Amino acid sequence: MNNLLKGSTGDWEIVIGIEIHAQIISESKLFSGSSTIFGSEHNTQVSFVDAGMPGMLPVINSICVEQAVKTGLGLNAKINNFSIFDRKNYFYPDLPQGYQISQFDQPIVGEGKVLIDLEGNIEKEVRIERLHLEQDAGKSLHDQHPSYSFVDLNRSGVALMEIVSMPDMSSAEEAQAYVKKIRNIMKYLRTCDGNMDEGSLRADINVSVRKPGDDLGTRCEIKNVNSIKFIGQAIEYEAKRQIKIIEDGELIKQQTRLFDPKKGQTRSMRSKEEAHDYRYFPDPDLLPLTFTDEFVENIRKTLPELPDIRRRRFVDDFNLSPYDASILVSERETADYFEIASEGVNSKLVCNWIVGELFSFLNKVNKTIDQSPITPQNLGKLINLIDDGTITGRIAKDIFEIMTESGDDPISIVDSNNMRQVSDEGEIEKIIDSIIELNPDQVKALEDKPNLMGWFVGQVMKETQGRANPQKVNDILNSKLLK
Amino acid sequence: MANLTNLCLHEARDGLIKKSFSTRDLIIDHIDAMESSRNLNAFITETPELALKSADLSDKNFANQNNRPLEGIPLGIKDMFCTKDVLTTASSKMLSSFIPPYESTVTDNLWKKGAILLGKLNNDEFAMGSSNETSFFGPVINPWKKNDSTESLVPGGSSGGSAASVAAGVGVGSLGTDTGGSIRQPAAFTGTVGLKPTYGRCSRWGIIAFASSLDQAGPITRNVKDNAILLKNMCSHDSKDTTSSSKEIPDFESSVGKSIKGLKVGIPSEFIQDGMSEDIIEMWTKGKEWLKAAGAEIIDISLPNTKYALPCYYIIAPAEASSNLSRYDGVRFGHSVNSNDINEMYEKTRSEGFGDEVKRRIMIGTYVLSSGYYDAYYLKAQKVRSLISLDYSQAFNKVDVLLTPSTPNSAFNLNEKCDDPLSMYLNDVFTVPVNLAGLPAISIPSSKDKNGLPLGLQLIGKPFDEETLYSFANVIEESSNFKSLDNKWWLKDE
Repeated sequence: MNNLLKGSTGDWEIVIGIEIHAQIISESKLFSGSSTIFGSEHNTQVSFVDAGMPGMLPVINSICVEQAVKTGLGLNAKINNFSIFDRKNYFYPDLPQGYQISQFDQPIVGEGKVLIDLEGNIEKEVRIERLHLEQDAGKSLHDQHPSYSFVDLNRSGVALMEIVSMPDMSSAEEAQAYVKKIRNIMKYLRTCDGNMDEGSLRADINVSVRKPGDDLGTRCEIKNVNSIKFIGQAIEYEAKRQIKIIEDGELIKQQTRLFDPKKGQTRSMRSKEEAHDYRYFPDPDLLPLTFTDEFVENIRKTLPELPDIRRRRFVDDFNLSPYDASILVSERETADYFEIASEGVNSKLVCNWIVGELFSFLNKVNKTIDQSPITPQNLGKLINLIDDGTITGRIAKDIFEIMTESGDDPISIVDSNNMRQVSDEGEIEKIIDSIIELNPDQVKALEDKPNLMGWFVGQVMKETQGRANPQKVNDILNSKLLK
Repeated sequence: MANLTNLCLHEARDGLIKKSFSTRDLIIDHIDAMESSRNLNAFITETPELALKSADLSDKNFANQNNRPLEGIPLGIKDMFCTKDVLTTASSKMLSSFIPPYESTVTDNLWKKGAILLGKLNNDEFAMGSSNETSFFGPVINPWKKNDSTESLVPGGSSGGSAASVAAGVGVGSLGTDTGGSIRQPAAFTGTVGLKPTYGRCSRWGIIAFASSLDQAGPITRNVKDNAILLKNMCSHDSKDTTSSSKEIPDFESSVGKSIKGLKVGIPSEFIQDGMSEDIIEMWTKGKEWLKAAGAEIIDISLPNTKYALPCYYIIAPAEASSNLSRYDGVRFGHSVNSNDINEMYEKTRSEGFGDEVKRRIMIGTYVLSSGYYDAYYLKAQKVRSLISLDYSQAFNKVDVLLTPSTPNSAFNLNEKCDDPLSMYLNDVFTVPVNLAGLPAISIPSSKDKNGLPLGLQLIGKPFDEETLYSFANVIEESSNFKSLDNKWWLKDE
């Protein structure tokens, strides 16, 4: 294991457990009919239930239950046909009822496991402790008025899944890979859009350190980290902070901490003594949540192919390396794109073009693959043009450029710009003959400097605007000049 | 024409159908009675204009023969039911200016059947109390007085206004809520018939919550038949309340008058309390005799966990209340005290907005749910609750109904128990187990004590068997020959 951190007293091991809060994809909220659309005007997606009005009662949204079960199945987890909704009591202005409806000791989904993908094509299993359903709170707005805070209840009551891992990760990289994997599985399942910018996915990270082989150390929880990058930064900072404290002879205090992305540091939010007593108890407004095995089996039938299985298939069916396959399946959209593009096309080439040209273009213009101006069908066509010798590899890059601008079909680009490869030996020979005739000095110099052959190839390409079949050019030049 | 407030619900219904009088006549008499009974402080909000407007609509419906089952029937509604555009306070300062933009399912059902709102009735604050003395709007006065006494008595609670108004002839019926006896105890104290339906029979949607697993709406009327009519028209399956039942709703009215011959009545020995008054024991004995005379079989049974019911209730109900009342934080509606500090805002809002009894229960509830105490109190109480339910389901393997007194005593003096919450809580000793077990139960005026104050017998039924309760209640009603109130001392001199 190479995840150890060096301290002044020797090696330290980091122990990480993560709670992911994932917003469920559903049209309405967990216990009310209000819409869940992000970015609406403040307080326009709020029912009497969401606002905690007197006498209002929650009614469970069955779509959210299905989504949680589906996610549980995607995490290879035990589905509990009987679960309980509890109230988590605390006061805050953005919590209208004065309690959050959540699940405490009987969650809808029990133990499961996921494989995370690490560098060097290594897989590691991370155990899932549980997944439960809960309501989101509203949002406090502190920047709208010099002396008042405002509350926006649009998010109040939106359905979340909290996915709790076991403390099975031991580095920032593993934690990041874990969150990416969970996000990816949910995107495959279409149960959470995984959008961390909009807050659809947030992570609470529990970090502790210990000497290898020792018992677990005291942990600190870093709340609400909302990007993969910050997860890495927060863990590295926090682990080093804890090691320093212990090595300075002090004790870690159990705390809830916040990550400040500007400083790259975590800071204390509240200590254990200040921790809330949430006074969980079963919500008497809601009956226990029960469903049949058949309900679960029907959901199981709708499961799409999940990333691990898809990767295996990509290796087997498309002959890709495990590394390439795992890059492709790491986003559902990329894998979908690949499958469409490689229909009837050399899949190895498709993979190279996606991972190479397409990714670097998308990166440059800051777009995701489903926003790509080049459709997968057109990329497939482009690769076929290369594969069947219609265009040269060099020309293909020019066409790719044009496609990123116009989104046009590569075949029509080739035709309208006269970009077909010149493979006709007579034609190439004619061009070569005229170059030889016009450059007797170079021909002579070639006798001492065989490297000059490159110059002749260059001249042919210049004459043909790069369209000449490079193999044929080499063959003819060799036969004419290297006698 | 005689004063129409002397008519009970079914008499008023029949008179309207026969066009003996108009809805407007009926409503005007009730509005007059409401206004001249203000000494009783039964109403927090009177809605005479709304009632007259509804009366005109009802008269039109009668004229067009479009009349609905409760067309023109004047009712008072406990101030725990949210009524659209009508002040709904829960008798608390916290909601003293709260006007809901929605109508509770139960009252909505009644208005759709043609019933007419007279006004909103006083109750113990957030339905927490057994004497109606915890109301922010002051106590309700019981229309009954001891023989040769001018002392004011409490009407019981928490549905004190609901019971007192019906006893006083203001409205032919009313709605109450019953969490631990809040319908049955005031019904017993005022000589009225009060039913707590099976948990789930009526929707809780739009009723201000006290303790969600115990709360249930029910009717208070002057006789058993009226009660059955009102229940039929208020309950429904409601998809907005997960705990509301989808069981078929029978025609309860047709159970009134049905023979009870051959049915079995259980007498739970645990309900015999030390120091129970002679009057209560005598009434209970008479009750058994009446039922026996009507052909029922009397069987002694045991409900061994009865003694744990009251402590169990006073853990579970406050626990749920402490959470249900968290929403009154001064942020979105209700009483609110501004502050620059958020905790101070909560503290001031809630200490000003809630009265002592509500605060007491919030504190008890918060305590029993706290980490370190949860297992010892709340969890244990839930286990006890299961045992109590089990007692009843085993009893109902042997009998069809249970007969007990409704209360251990008759109405007591105003201010008598105000400073003694424990003795106040003891008033619910016979009613509380029923809520814990989710069963239906009815209190029927059966006798008077030596001071001439009404006493009630309680019949407890199997889940969703209100029909059998009404059949039995009718036998008691007919046998007891209970004389209702005739001295309307509270009427203002005109």
